[in-house]
This record gives sequence, C-alpha cells and structure tokens, in this order.
Amino acid sequence: MTRAFLSGNEAFAQGVRLSRVQVVSAYPITPQTTVVEALAGMAANGELNARFLHVESEHSALSAAIGASMTGARTFTATSSQGLLYMAECLVYASGGRYPIVMMNACRSTALPWNIYGDQRDSLLLADSGWIQIYAKDAQEALDLALIAYRVAEDPEVSTPCMVCLDGFTITHTYEAVDVPSQQQADAFLPPYRTSNRFDFEDPRNLAFSAGPETNYMFKKKEHEGMLRVFGALEKAEKDFNEIFSRSYSGALETFATEDAEVVVVTLGAVYGLVVEAVKSLRKQGIRAGAIRLRLIRPFPAGQLKEALSQVKHVAVLEKDISFGYEGAVLSWVRAAVQKGGLDLNVCGFVAGLGGKDIPEAYIEYAAKTALSGFNGTRFQGFDEEDL
Amino acid sequence: MALNAKNIPSDEPFLGHKACPGCGGALALRLALKILGPRAVAVLPAGCMSAVGFNFPQLCFSCNAAISTFAGTASMLAGIAAGFEAQGITDFKAVGFAGDGGTADIGLQALSGAIDRNDDILYICYDNEAYMNTGTQRSSLTPLGAATTTTPYGSAVKGNRLSKKNMFEIVTAQGIPYAATASVGYLPDFMKKVEEAAAIRGTRYIHVIAPCPTGWGVRPDETIEIAKAGVDCGLWYLAKSEYGATTLTRNPRVFTPIGDYLRAQKRFSGISEDDIEQLRKERDLKWSRLRGELGDAGLSGKGETRL
Repeated sequence: MTRAFLSGNEAFAQGVRLSRVQVVSAYPITPQTTVVEALAGMAANGELNARFLHVESEHSALSAAIGASMTGARTFTATSSQGLLYMAECLVYASGGRYPIVMMNACRSTALPWNIYGDQRDSLLLADSGWIQIYAKDAQEALDLALIAYRVAEDPEVSTPCMVCLDGFTITHTYEAVDVPSQQQADAFLPPYRTSNRFDFEDPRNLAFSAGPETNYMFKKKEHEGMLRVFGALEKAEKDFNEIFSRSYSGALETFATEDAEVVVVTLGAVYGLVVEAVKSLRKQGIRAGAIRLRLIRPFPAGQLKEALSQVKHVAVLEKDISFGYEGAVLSWVRAAVQKGGLDLNVCGFVAGLGGKDIPEAYIEYAAKTALSGFNGTRFQGFDEEDL
Repeated sequence: MALNAKNIPSDEPFLGHKACPGCGGALALRLALKILGPRAVAVLPAGCMSAVGFNFPQLCFSCNAAISTFAGTASMLAGIAAGFEAQGITDFKAVGFAGDGGTADIGLQALSGAIDRNDDILYICYDNEAYMNTGTQRSSLTPLGAATTTTPYGSAVKGNRLSKKNMFEIVTAQGIPYAATASVGYLPDFMKKVEEAAAIRGTRYIHVIAPCPTGWGVRPDETIEIAKAGVDCGLWYLAKSEYGATTLTRNPRVFTPIGDYLRAQKRFSGISEDDIEQLRKERDLKWSRLRGELGDAGLSGKGETRL
C-alpha cells in the first residue's frame, strides 16, 4: 500500500488498474476525461496491460465494451451526462445480456441549458437501465469501489453491469490523500473474471438473441433476481475487502446518528460529508438529527432504509435531481420504501445543487428544520429559503 | 485452395432460419460463413438476418454469433477483436453482416471508426437496397426511381428521388486494407473475395448486392438472375481495392439495357424515362471513373479482369 495525493478520477483509475482490466473503451467528455487519461498514461508506461479502443462515440464505447465482455474479457468504460444518454441504448443491452462491465459515471447536469457541472440527473435518469448503481462519497471510496464493483458485478449469481457514480468535479477533480493498495492485495480480493456467458470455440454460442412473448419474461425475471442478489454480494465483498484492506464500508447505505434521531436527512454522493456536519450543528442546537447516505440506488435498499428509519419521525430527502412533473426521483423511492415498510413518518424533498449550484451547510439545516415542521412536499433550492 | 461449388463444405453454418424464399442476404451469409469456417464470430445488427436467425430457443448459427445494436455492428466487432487479442487469442474471424441501412445509414459512424483504428474485422454489407426487415422503407442505398413504402409512386412524386450512396468509395477513401464489391449474381467472385479478405489482417469490407424478392417484386427463383442482370447492365460493378489500389474483377465490354433490368422488378414499375436516363448517365460516369482510375495496368495487368 502507498499513500498518494489523487483526484477522484485518478483514484478510480488506480482501482481500475488494480482490477487488471483487459479492455478499455471510452470517448472523452468533461468531467470524465481524466480517468481515461490516467489509464492511458499507465498503459503508456507499461503499468497497465490493457487493449485501448479509441472509439468515435459513447455509443460505440459501450457497444465495443459489450463485444469485449462477450469474449470473457474484463472491460471498463467511463462517461458522463450527454455521453451516458448517448450510450443509453447500449446500457439496457449490456444489462439484458448480463455482461458485468464496470462503468464510471462522472455525474453531471444534462442539457438544455448546457452545463458541465455536477448534479445527478444523468445517472438517476438511467436508474431503470438494469445496471447496479453505486455512489461514492470521496476519492478513497472511488478507488475502492472500482475493485468492489468488479467483484459484485462478476459474481455469477449477479452477472450484472455496474455503474459507479462520482459527483462531477466535487469528487472527480478534487484532490485527496488516498491509500493505494498493492497489486497483491487487489489480487487477493478480486480473482480473474470467469464466466460461461461468453463465446466459446469448443461449444459455439449464439448470444444476444431475440426472445418473443413466450420466453421474454423468463430472462427479465432472472435479470431482476440477479440485481436483487447484489445486496448479499456487496455485503460479502465488503466484508472480504475489510479483511484484506482494513477499510470498512457499510453496504447499501451509510448512517450517522440515526439511532435516536427525530429527523433524518437522506442523500447520496459527496454532499453527505456536509450533511454530517449539518447534523452535528443541529444537535448542538438541541435538534436530534441524523443522516443517511444511499450508496446503492439500484438495487434500491428499501429494507435497509426501513430498518434505519424505524424510530424516525421526519425525513428530508436531499437530491441533485428532479423528475419533471412529479418530484425528485430519490424522494419517490424513499416514500415508496417508507410506505412498503409500514412506517408512519413525514417525508419531504429538497431539489438542490442543480447544475453544480453550491449547497451550503445552512441549506441542509434549513431542510431538516422544514421537515421537522411537518412539511411533506418538495422545495427547490434558491426559491423558498429567503430567511437563510 | 480456392473454394468453389464442388469443394465447398457441406456443413450448414446458418440453418433453420426464417428468411423469405429466395433471400439474397441469407445466401450471402451462409456462403461467407462456410468459407470463414468454425473460428468465425458473427455479429448481426437489428435487421433481416438477425430477425430470422436468433429467435430463442431456435438459434441458427453453428458458429459463435450475436446480435448487435442497430448502429453497433462495427463497434461490437471491434470490442470482440480487442477482447480476444487482450487474452492472447488471434485465430478468430470476427465478421459482421449488416444490411444497407445498418451500414450506410445508422452504422456508418462506427464502421468509419473501425476502419480508422484498423480493427481486425471483416464487415460484410448485404445490400438489398431498402429497410426490408421493417417493410421496405428507403435507405441511402435505395436507387433513384425505386418505390419503397416511404418513397411510393404518387401523382406528384415518383419513387425515391435520391441516388445510391457510394459505400465502396467511402471505405476506400479511408485507406482500408481490403474492400470489394460483389453480387450474389456472381457467387464465385463473391466467394473468392471472402476468401481473400479472410486471409488479411485489419479492417476489411465487402459490399454484396443481395436482392430481396419480397421488397424488389421479383419471384423467389429470380434472385440470382436479377442480381446478375444488375451487374450486366452496369448499374452495379464488381471491383476490389487493396490499400487503395482498385481493380475491376468484371469489366463488361457492353452493357445490357438498363430498362430490361428495371422493368423486371415491381419496385421500378412506374419509373419515368427521365429517371432511367439519369441512371444511365450516372452509370456511364461511374464506369468512366472506374476505368479511368485503373489505367492500363489495372485493366489487364493482374489477370483479374474479364474483358
């Protein structure tokens, strides 16, 4: 293990290198570029033995990644925003075919209006694409998630592609001190990719076929079941990870001070660090606040959320997303989990940080206090908090 | 050893499919796979051949094969080549079979990218001159004057108003190691070109005219005849290009009448004399360019031409 000063993208690239990826297929888009540049640098220096495909579009990036995965190769791609949307057709293709590709998405706003800064409208728009979605909170977790993502995605019981989401700029371009594991540690954690879902010259396969009304549901049911097995696979992977790397992660979600909390702020991504600071501040003011970070968005951890919220009275969902004409997508999923879990609590939503708008700590305290007041609707950052 | 009708393998690589009777595309695909052999890995985008050959559990390819996205024939092939190469496997034959729409329209960008990188793939475009799988809509390879369901004969407009895109020149302009045109009307020529292409590393492209009796309005037993007529009247040509050096593999001394070729097909039943004249002009211009570019050496030097 070595200690290094890395951006989130550079840290993720280290994780990809340690995963011994065999094919990298990518197309540049801000703020994804530096992860692929870092990998290209490693390849140029002989530190990474992977085939690079300099494709002409994101659609081709993922299409080629699927082709490489069909040969049994461990495959990586990365994108962001418009690029993610451009490859959307291939996302459902990869998940439907059960190809455990890992993709890093640098979460970024979507046009129009054009905006290169971080929010989560790109990845959340594709929550239904059949990919595992897991959100990092910092550069260290980004590196670790590269290894964990391959381990979970390639689990034969899961066999599902995984999108690791890093907040654009906030994580991708922010430099932090990061522990870079040794190759021996990484190899002990992540075995080579072995699968029967590949071309075979001894026993030729027809892959990526059509399945009509008589058989289609069987494949979709299996796809759903594979996704649901992510909870167990992630828990097992992170237990092994802790044993090898002495760093622990908490599976589907992370909690802070929820045990006695009357109000909890639920969020995802890098803003969680600030939410924890806001919770500490609120507690000093006599408000029993807590925080939850959703690491997994797909599969959605409704059961784990129910457990974490069982004693809570008010929930504020803070997300960098809006499903136009309804409410924040994460808010809807949290509401559904609350209803499904039979919990009697008040839930409201805060659409914040759109297009990279800074979310100050005071706004998070405002959100918690608004939830405590019994508010159960949605508020947009910048419109209703004049008293801040 | 050159394969011909006598020594071609009897094993069927594409069997039990649901293609229409007389399908030129199925014929080209089947013969190409026989030549490429068991190390072939076939990629077919959304289109006729994937629709008729991949209906679970009735999967028709005896070699490794997969459907790609419509735009993704070349990019998926590129990924397959990269995946095998990354694992030290080099004795594979990644081959794509895409229709005219999948090649000249939605798949052109990915194809251009593969040629640019010189990925080790063979791309075969089976050209039936319209989107036949979805019911004969116009593509950029539909000829002038042809009726399709999106360019019908009406009282104001008579069929497709645009000329066929020149895919052969598009790919050769990129300096591709091997490109060829072919027709199922001249199968020995097509088979020889597949064999030649299979022996080369890097990106290779073969554009084979494959009539669709359903969409063209000919009888299923007229596929070969109408494909041959298309070459004999000069509207299609048989050529190849190795690293940009183009040679004709058939160079007719005289052309049969264009009108006879057109009037044998329902899709040209209402074609105007003006359109026929325009097609004739375009044909003559194309041939003078082809012959002019070749020079004397190209026409007679390699024994490839049949004057």
